[in-house]
Amino acid sequence: MELTGADILVRFLQDEGVDHLFGYPGGAVLHIYDALYRQEQVKHVLVRHEQAATHAADAYARSTGKPGVVLVTSGPGATNAVTGIATAYMDSIPMVVITGQVNSALIGNDAFQEVDSVGITRPCVKHNFLVKDVRDLAITMKKAFYIATTGRPGPVVVDIPKDVTAERTDYVFPKKVTMRSYNPVVKGHGGQIRKAVNMMLSAKRPLFYTGGGVVQGNAAKGLTELAHRLGFPVTNTSMGLGGFPATDQQFVGMLGMHGTYEANMSVSHCDLLIAIGARFDDRVTGKIEKFAPSARIIHVDIDPASISKNVKVDVPIVGDVNTVLKVMVKELEQSERKPDGEALASWWQQIEEWRARDCLKYDTTSERIKPQYVIETLHKVTKGDAYVTSDVGQHQMWAAQFYKFDKPRRWINSGGLGTMGFGLPAAMGVQFAHPKATVACITGEGSIQMNIQELSTCLQYNLPLKIICLNNGFLGMVRQWQEFFYEERYSHSYMESLPDFVKLAEAYGHIGMQIERPEDVEGALKEAFKHKDRLVFMNFLTDPKENVYPMVPAGAGLDEMILI
Amino acid sequence: MRHIISILMENEAGALSRVAGLFSARGYNIESLTVAPTEDASLSRLTLVTRGSDEIIEQIIKQLNKLVDVVKLLDLTEGPHIERELMLIKVMAESPLQREEIKRLADIFRGNIIDVNEVCYTIELTGDVQKLDAFIDTLKQADILETVRSGITGIARGPKSLNL
Repeated sequence: MELTGADILVRFLQDEGVDHLFGYPGGAVLHIYDALYRQEQVKHVLVRHEQAATHAADAYARSTGKPGVVLVTSGPGATNAVTGIATAYMDSIPMVVITGQVNSALIGNDAFQEVDSVGITRPCVKHNFLVKDVRDLAITMKKAFYIATTGRPGPVVVDIPKDVTAERTDYVFPKKVTMRSYNPVVKGHGGQIRKAVNMMLSAKRPLFYTGGGVVQGNAAKGLTELAHRLGFPVTNTSMGLGGFPATDQQFVGMLGMHGTYEANMSVSHCDLLIAIGARFDDRVTGKIEKFAPSARIIHVDIDPASISKNVKVDVPIVGDVNTVLKVMVKELEQSERKPDGEALASWWQQIEEWRARDCLKYDTTSERIKPQYVIETLHKVTKGDAYVTSDVGQHQMWAAQFYKFDKPRRWINSGGLGTMGFGLPAAMGVQFAHPKATVACITGEGSIQMNIQELSTCLQYNLPLKIICLNNGFLGMVRQWQEFFYEERYSHSYMESLPDFVKLAEAYGHIGMQIERPEDVEGALKEAFKHKDRLVFMNFLTDPKENVYPMVPAGAGLDEMILI
Repeated sequence: MRHIISILMENEAGALSRVAGLFSARGYNIESLTVAPTEDASLSRLTLVTRGSDEIIEQIIKQLNKLVDVVKLLDLTEGPHIERELMLIKVMAESPLQREEIKRLADIFRGNIIDVNEVCYTIELTGDVQKLDAFIDTLKQADILETVRSGITGIARGPKSLNL
């Protein structure tokens, strides 16, 4: 059947099983929007800024495992999407971004709303395409979804000139695609896995260090089973939270710059580090020479380029994390050896001593609201079962430290790129994916203003988000660094003339609340979560002097933490 | 260490810029880069000369393999191989003495004079980097008007070959 490119695109999205499309119309995509108008299967979500469309689609993907899909126009539509594309790229999130382009004949002519979208996005996508012929459209879209969702996932951009969406050709849904240049590895090397298991069984002071790969690779169950069988401690990166239950006794907390004392000390003293779906990021390792200095390292990752990139490893295993973990469990079952119980007992004794340092303690008698207390109370009120998105800064670290994530895909944050403005649109994406779920966005008065316009989208689609704004009147993380490392010269980390967030929320048609005293925190949260069908913006006036502890200063070793 | 990496890529628009972009984004250096289609029109063969420690070269190869357009690659310097570069060099050749001397030098280096006029010669010379450098050194006395080099291309010795 002959269809226009625009109809082919929309039919393809239907056939691919896409239920939500986050986007914003414009000249180059008008044919596509017309095709969308004539159907109901793919629900289009109209955001207020293209960046928000990408974050929403990204969080949709993070919370479901399905690819997020975005549609924006050419020129500024595409450039506004770039921050969101780079955010997804850094965290390996499957996403397909369709950008409109000017007519083929005008490309390169500095036409109205023309940018080289393929060129601009090239360094921050897994791959991108420019569709030059309507006959290539369906198969290119199939390739885009295939590449975005397999191997190490990532965003893929498909740039479609306007004339291609008007031309006609036959449409057949391509059920499968194979590419000679792209064949991601799935299974890990059997010999390497056996070697790794033997090392685990001989280890005296082992530690699992796991990242976003466990969450994105649906390997949380496999990891939990392996860790429980072995009885080893587990630490997560920020991206990996929820990959192992945070309330489990074997969990020692997050590691890295704002990791727990027990996690960072465990890394510094372990004799075997088992890295799974993690990439030895600088915020995790601190000074590389001092990272796990006495450990042999096993590294399981789907991306060979992540292995031995920053830290040389002893046993590399390239493969799908879930598949490898299952084989490891099987190997362990078949082995006659058992973990070294005596050594483990004394290792745990040491870890418990570190844990007793209670590194996350904070002043609970203060007259000011402590941000940590708000998060702890949020955890209590939501029974630890909410989807939590965050923006970037101090509140992000407190959320990571104090909301104990027991399940994967519940903690949605921009870990790699650190994109302020991520939290609110991300919460929208999660709520679209899980309409009945409790979704909280933990943010600050700085970050929330970077995409505050999305409060309007939330009203249009009636998204009952709960926004927890930890308002300390400062760009807190910047302020903290200035206090520690710039002799308290608070250069531009203070904003005057903040809006009245309560009135602002009300102006957008939502409920606004202001909470100023610690004794009101729990009651306010309980009240807010009673509003099942309304968005509530909670403005918590928190202690402006509070800092995130522990802290490993940039360039220091993990065992050189600043503790409270 | 100097490495010559041979890459088979999908012959698509923008494929070259993905390689060049990767090198600039990650701060790797490119000493030379040549690219042309192969006997299979859907494939391009790219030869890249770079330098780096073993760790950097390992990363370069992994990152190149990660590019979706890269079908296959080979580090030629891992085994016996042949490398060649083409140079075209234009030199002043006015006096009979000059003309005779340059002709003689070109012959010694097995170069061909491919363009002649009353003021200059253009010589075509093929070889490895050292040979081309040596020829330029030899011509120091003469006035070199222009030098153009193709960059290194290479192939593995013996039956080992980079194909699908």
